[in-house]
Amino acid sequence: MKINLLRILVFVFAVFTLSIFLLSLNKVKVYDTQNLVGKNISSFELKSLDNEATINEESLKKNKYTLINFWASWCFPCRAEHKYLIKIKKNSKNLKILGINFKDKEKDAKKFLKEFQNPYYFLAKDYDGKTSINFGIYGIPESILIDENLMIIKKFIGPINNEDFNVIMKLTE
Amino acid sequence: MLSNTGIILIILTLFLSFLIIYISVVNIKEKNNIIDKKIYHYTFYQVIFSILSFLTLLAGFINSDFSLINVFENSHSDKPLFYKIAGTWGSHEGSLLLWINIIVVFSFLFLIYNKKSNKIFRLYTLIFQNFLILGFLIFLLFNSNPFSKIYPIPLEGLGLNPILQDPALVIHPPLLYVGFVGSSIYFSAAMASLVSNYKGKEFALSIKPWILISWCFQTLGIIAGSIWAYYELGWGGFWFWDPVENVSLMPWFAITALMHSVIVLEKRNSIYSWVVILCLSTFILSVTGTFLVRSGILNSVHTFANDPSRGIYILLLLAIMIFASLIIFFKNNKRETYNFQIQSKETFILINNWFMFFFLISVLIGTLYPIFLEALTQTKISVGPPFYSIVIFPFIVLFLIVMAIGPKISWIKGGYKKINFAIIILALSTFLNFLIFKIFGSYSILSNLIIISSIFLIIHSVYDLFGIVKKNVQFDLSRIISHLGFGLLIFFIGINHNYSIEEDFNLKVGEIKNFHKYQMNFKSLEKNDRKNYQAIVGNFILIDKKKNLKEFLKPEIRVYSSPETLTYEASIKTKIYSDKYLTMSNITRSDYYNIKFQEKPFMIWIWISAIMISIGGFIRLFKKGELK
Repeated sequence: MKINLLRILVFVFAVFTLSIFLLSLNKVKVYDTQNLVGKNISSFELKSLDNEATINEESLKKNKYTLINFWASWCFPCRAEHKYLIKIKKNSKNLKILGINFKDKEKDAKKFLKEFQNPYYFLAKDYDGKTSINFGIYGIPESILIDENLMIIKKFIGPINNEDFNVIMKLTE
Repeated sequence: MLSNTGIILIILTLFLSFLIIYISVVNIKEKNNIIDKKIYHYTFYQVIFSILSFLTLLAGFINSDFSLINVFENSHSDKPLFYKIAGTWGSHEGSLLLWINIIVVFSFLFLIYNKKSNKIFRLYTLIFQNFLILGFLIFLLFNSNPFSKIYPIPLEGLGLNPILQDPALVIHPPLLYVGFVGSSIYFSAAMASLVSNYKGKEFALSIKPWILISWCFQTLGIIAGSIWAYYELGWGGFWFWDPVENVSLMPWFAITALMHSVIVLEKRNSIYSWVVILCLSTFILSVTGTFLVRSGILNSVHTFANDPSRGIYILLLLAIMIFASLIIFFKNNKRETYNFQIQSKETFILINNWFMFFFLISVLIGTLYPIFLEALTQTKISVGPPFYSIVIFPFIVLFLIVMAIGPKISWIKGGYKKINFAIIILALSTFLNFLIFKIFGSYSILSNLIIISSIFLIIHSVYDLFGIVKKNVQFDLSRIISHLGFGLLIFFIGINHNYSIEEDFNLKVGEIKNFHKYQMNFKSLEKNDRKNYQAIVGNFILIDKKKNLKEFLKPEIRVYSSPETLTYEASIKTKIYSDKYLTMSNITRSDYYNIKFQEKPFMIWIWISAIMISIGGFIRLFKKGELK
């Protein structure tokens, strides 16, 4: 068998592909974000929906607890949870709610908050959804409760209800 | 009892493989042109034992013999008989047994149907095929044994995954397996041809019918899978460029290229190396696909329970196949020179092959790139329809034109004599496209080009079809039907893509939603207890406000108890010109249901034209003289 460059390349490619397959065999395949609990949120920077202000993870360290809520005006279950966010805002002393408006239109988001009240101390926009995905969000509504060290204490997948409200109140007492 | 019988039969099949390899090696050295009778007998016994082992497992499923782990994990005594039978190939272990059965049967058929071929070539093919059989049998016996026992014997089984309980999916695996696994025979034949130096026309003739058989079944199998996804998964489309779909498409591109280029080898005794490469890569791509979906690297309903050792074994087998074929190919292949005229049929077939190769590479990159990226950089990306729309669709336009013109050119030195005819057809296609565009609504430039070129191919094929009817000859009917099917498929996909309506909203019982020309009324919900599941049925009335027509749609949410699963059943009203498609899913902690309504023009025609493509292949297969 003659050895030439093309043949070497074909063999190298075959070995490379098979090695990648072998590497891939040992990965966790099921996408689950509950394992993020106990870990710190990754760094981010988002613009405000109302003005030119920006927010990043450093500024969250000033809050004792922050509930990061991912929502959109087009998301129906977000309406169901909204009254509980308002209730949290009214009842909690140590907790602030950061709203991240996900893949929405500014006009619709503002109309929504006008209609249902604004529970957020800061409202950020994430119109391409990338930052939210980096937070491990795979559907909205979702909320992440973090402490002043930016550690995730609990994740709420789906709309927050009365039970979740009680849990949040207890955790942030 | 069944367990022991099954295992003994498997061991006998395995033992016969060794024996066949040994006797074939001895027989090759004998200087005569007669294959030892014993080889025929042993190959026949191998088929019998392997089929009996499959029937043993089938008996286990029919009798709900839960002493077999495989039956316990994939069946339930309440399951309808039809799905009990389908459960035999509904699991990883059972489908592997089916896979082995197909390799064994193909091995036997190739031996007895190729009596005119050279002895050494036939024996080498048998040897390589039996190495494959051995590899898969060892895998089955030591890693994925469908006859493993469980003790104490459970009283009841866990049930078959509910989304696999669908008629289209019952036939999808056997069809696809005949297609994919059938390609093992020309993999072995190509290896044998390299080793025994049996080339040219004879080699082409010996593999041609097998290529055709596996192509027909692969095509039908892919269509069955696509129909299942449409009716069962509730996604409301026919192709999603999902990695699992893509891995079935890659060997299909290779085999379609092969089916065309083997004709060049037969008629012109040329491009031998390329034909061999395609023979080898079709089966290697089939096994790669199996590895990717079975190992869990690509998550899907095909993944079954995740077991890393399984992946390692298939990977090992794949590595042996790849390196063995590379070494044998590089060692025995000689450089060829081609001397084709630009305007000749062979050049057009080569162009077809370049297109197929390009489509194959595009899908390969789109499918493997995310896997490579994740393994190397931990970055998760997904390559979806936009990539394929940009990369593949523009080339479809040229491909369709070549498909229409190519068959009209003769071998060696043809020349395209019907330029005026083509211009008239092109003008007619453009005019028809213009009419559709004006009457039903506008679409993009690319869509215009795709629809024009698909009409161009359709008219060419219909014209050819009339030619056949007039002259009363059967010549190339199969090609015309397949090409016509492809033209229609692309045409209906184009129309379907541009005129589909999709609406997504939330409704609760009693509410009404208005959209486009429709009014949707969520009338009521009812609960029904069925044989092996409970159904929550939504009663919807869809009113076409323009035509004042009423239709009743009843999507379901099914709650299966064994195993505990929720599935969403679309309610589909199929009409000759469009499908109405409604799915309903519950929203956690809410009275609202998420409703997805789709109107898909010419859906049924997409299936019909896809089936037509494979019918063309079957016509050729049954044409006198193809499979002697």
